[in-house]
Amino acid sequence: MTRLALTLAAALLGTTALAEPTATGDLGLVIERATGSVLLVDQSDRAALARIGGLGDLSHASLVYSPDQRFAYVFGRDGGLTKVDIVTREIAGRVVQAGNAIGGAISDDGELVAVSNYEPGGVRVFDADTLELVADIPTGGKTIGLVDAPGRRFVFTVWDSGESWIADFSGPGMRTTRIPGMGKNPYDALITANGRTYITGLFGQDGLTALDLWAETPEPIRVLPGYGRGQQEMPVYKMPHLEGWAHTGAEFVLPAVGHHQVLWVDAATLTETGRTETYGQPVFAMARPDGRHVWVNFAHPLNDTIQVIDSVSKQVIHQFKPGPAVLHMEFTPRGHEVWISVRDAGKVMVYDTQTFEKLREIEADSPSGIFFTARAHRTGL
Amino acid sequence: MAERRNRPPRRGWLLRALTVMVTSLAGAAFAADPEAPAPDAEALKRLVHQDCGSCHGLTLRGGLGPDLRAETLQHYDTEVLTGVILDGIPDTAMPPWRPLMNEAEAEWVARYLLTPEEDR
Repeated sequence: MTRLALTLAAALLGTTALAEPTATGDLGLVIERATGSVLLVDQSDRAALARIGGLGDLSHASLVYSPDQRFAYVFGRDGGLTKVDIVTREIAGRVVQAGNAIGGAISDDGELVAVSNYEPGGVRVFDADTLELVADIPTGGKTIGLVDAPGRRFVFTVWDSGESWIADFSGPGMRTTRIPGMGKNPYDALITANGRTYITGLFGQDGLTALDLWAETPEPIRVLPGYGRGQQEMPVYKMPHLEGWAHTGAEFVLPAVGHHQVLWVDAATLTETGRTETYGQPVFAMARPDGRHVWVNFAHPLNDTIQVIDSVSKQVIHQFKPGPAVLHMEFTPRGHEVWISVRDAGKVMVYDTQTFEKLREIEADSPSGIFFTARAHRTGL
Repeated sequence: MAERRNRPPRRGWLLRALTVMVTSLAGAAFAADPEAPAPDAEALKRLVHQDCGSCHGLTLRGGLGPDLRAETLQHYDTEVLTGVILDGIPDTAMPPWRPLMNEAEAEWVARYLLTPEEDR
């Protein structure tokens, strides 16, 4: 805390520090959900540099970065879209664009920022520079799983109607394509790192649904349609997040819903290649950047634990309890460390991913999402 | 395209409400039962905002789940809400919390939700 106070004081003294160019490639932001602030962190120094407040309700907040890794666009739950300048450590712009929002994405060229909203349901697209409204896309329902896709496109899905939309901004106007029949109550989605496959998880029925975005007219492709059949479902106290793609050769890994398992899927055929029993309902199943290990955290009330799964043997090789309410994990871009937010401990904890040794604790106020600037250069993040 | 199965069958609201009312009338029994300590208000408050908040929003204004602010819930009574908390709502994302809390705790949560924010 002293370190943070000193750094904050140094930041406030200001201008001399800013005379030096600020390299942002190893920086990151941690969402402090209860206080409506973000904590600027330095990955190399494993330290907090500054706190930027005034961002509104940040429960379930997320953010994306501009291609130059200078600006973060923070999507708040209250519909606030805040542009944070991590070089000057100030808010560079803010609009409250809806009543209840759930996440966002930035176009491949960095010019458009899209926000998906629960209320009023739909997606709004803004100019990344000025935050002026570019397009309003009402969907008539709670809109989830918004990602960017190559070619100035955004893809998103509607919880209520089970319909996916592709909004294409490559031409002079916007063109939308609607794909019905994705399934009952899609709760989140991901896009693979190459931008080809979009996968939605379903709450209302077993399995997932994929779209091949390379197809002329993408059609819903059922994935693991019967994975939970015949098994007793367990209550889901927190919806899983889909964000993780394990390059273990050719598989990816996803959290099951209503079952204490992660599911392994062949990326080419979209068929199941295995299941691993886990400690609880997985929330995030995230592959270390090299794909060798998958780190999994769990829903309430088992959210004090992390399991590490070897992606070759598909066995749990390590389990530990960082502390109460582990909400998110973020790997350094080459995977040597993982940063873990432990909300009720008020700390971000940094671990060595080879030895599993804890390297540092950083004070943070109810930390949730951790976002390193390297995300700026990755499709879907 | 299997619909999710094995959900607990939907029990009648009346039966549920009655069950809850009977157990509520026996409220003194909770206090007298050494196995069931008084609800821990701070822990439950945290649970409401942090864990119910996963779906209903930290400020309870709604998310994937509906708005749970007191003014929105006024047309429900404590018994019905207690029942929903304990047993969930079949065929929706609302899970039963019975595995994680006892009836006195669920009732505390129901009363908390019905209390206007400024009076909590």
